[in-house]
Amino acid sequence: MLFKNLMELMGIEPGRIQFSWISSAESTKFVKVVNEVTDEIKALGPNTRFVKEIAKVA
Amino acid sequence: MLEYNKKIKEIAGRLLQECAVEMIIGFRKGTLPMMNEPYFAKTPADVENLVWDSNCGINLANYLTDRKEKIGIIAKGCDSRNIVTHIQENKIKREQIVIIGVPCKGMIDKRRITGMVKGEIQEVVEHDGQVTIKGDGFEETFTKQDVLQRNCAVCLHRNPVIHDELVADPVTEQTDVDRYADVEAIEAMRPEDRWAFFDDLFKRCIRCYACKNACPLCYCPTCFVDEAKPQWVGKSQDSLDIKTFHFLRAFHCAGRCTDCGACERACPVGINMRILTKKLEMDAKNLFDWEAGLDLDVRPALDGYKPNDPDVFIK
Repeated sequence: MLFKNLMELMGIEPGRIQFSWISSAESTKFVKVVNEVTDEIKALGPNTRFVKEIAKVA
Repeated sequence: MLEYNKKIKEIAGRLLQECAVEMIIGFRKGTLPMMNEPYFAKTPADVENLVWDSNCGINLANYLTDRKEKIGIIAKGCDSRNIVTHIQENKIKREQIVIIGVPCKGMIDKRRITGMVKGEIQEVVEHDGQVTIKGDGFEETFTKQDVLQRNCAVCLHRNPVIHDELVADPVTEQTDVDRYADVEAIEAMRPEDRWAFFDDLFKRCIRCYACKNACPLCYCPTCFVDEAKPQWVGKSQDSLDIKTFHFLRAFHCAGRCTDCGACERACPVGINMRILTKKLEMDAKNLFDWEAGLDLDVRPALDGYKPNDPDVFIK
């Protein structure tokens, strides 16, 4: 929780990082959560923050 | 706080004389104004070098890590909280240390003062809540309260939480301070503005690691930044590597940071990286009702499980 909040403070959009706990017996919950997460992330678009492309040499 | 000096020397002298401790960790006058340095007094004669004024911002708990001998340590509020954290994390034993508690009225911000005067500062004198700065051709006096380190200005624990000796009566704790105004201001921004804010904040970072070296919490034998297998974070000056470093360093202090300000004070380019640790501190307080280092007998919030721990972030 502290981690997620700190990431969001530094500029990661709310909804980009998600946590869940699903038992192996909860298949419906699994499908539901996966669908929700993918929908939310698609709405946010590709992540650009904390992505390193090529190191800039000073 | 100057009147503490006599008492500190008296207590330190007595402890060394009685061989109750092998050394006293305190401060001596630095070679530059406003730069007192840590000092290990090992004989009763050394005690004369000990000083206490408003330039003792370094956190002395940093020097206790894994020590084996008996030590006397001079501790202001924040140092004492870090000593508690050290004991809880098994970095030192309680019976090994004699804590000489110093009720603190805040340390002065050398960077801010340097920026407030023109020319090189040659001497800084304190008297009755005033700080007089003297240099070549100028002399200015400020109210100490106006030139406090930013963390001291919002400090809520000025008195040592644990001590064996106390050099003076406890001071009144501040109550009407808004500890988290700076964090809240950033939280009010949009995510892209926050990203840009931290880009700008860390722009000047030269990755000297003074912040982690000054921090009493950063005692790992090999820091994650120095590891090569696996390499957790890039070692370059790339803005993302810098950000990742600061992010992770702060996160390692989650639920442990006492906001002593040692990191910001040590920074040679004046970066306020405390924003990150303060956000963690704020969340630990609001979500887990936890403030680090207040009580030896209470296990840290991130150290255990409680059925009522907040879990709204888990789907």
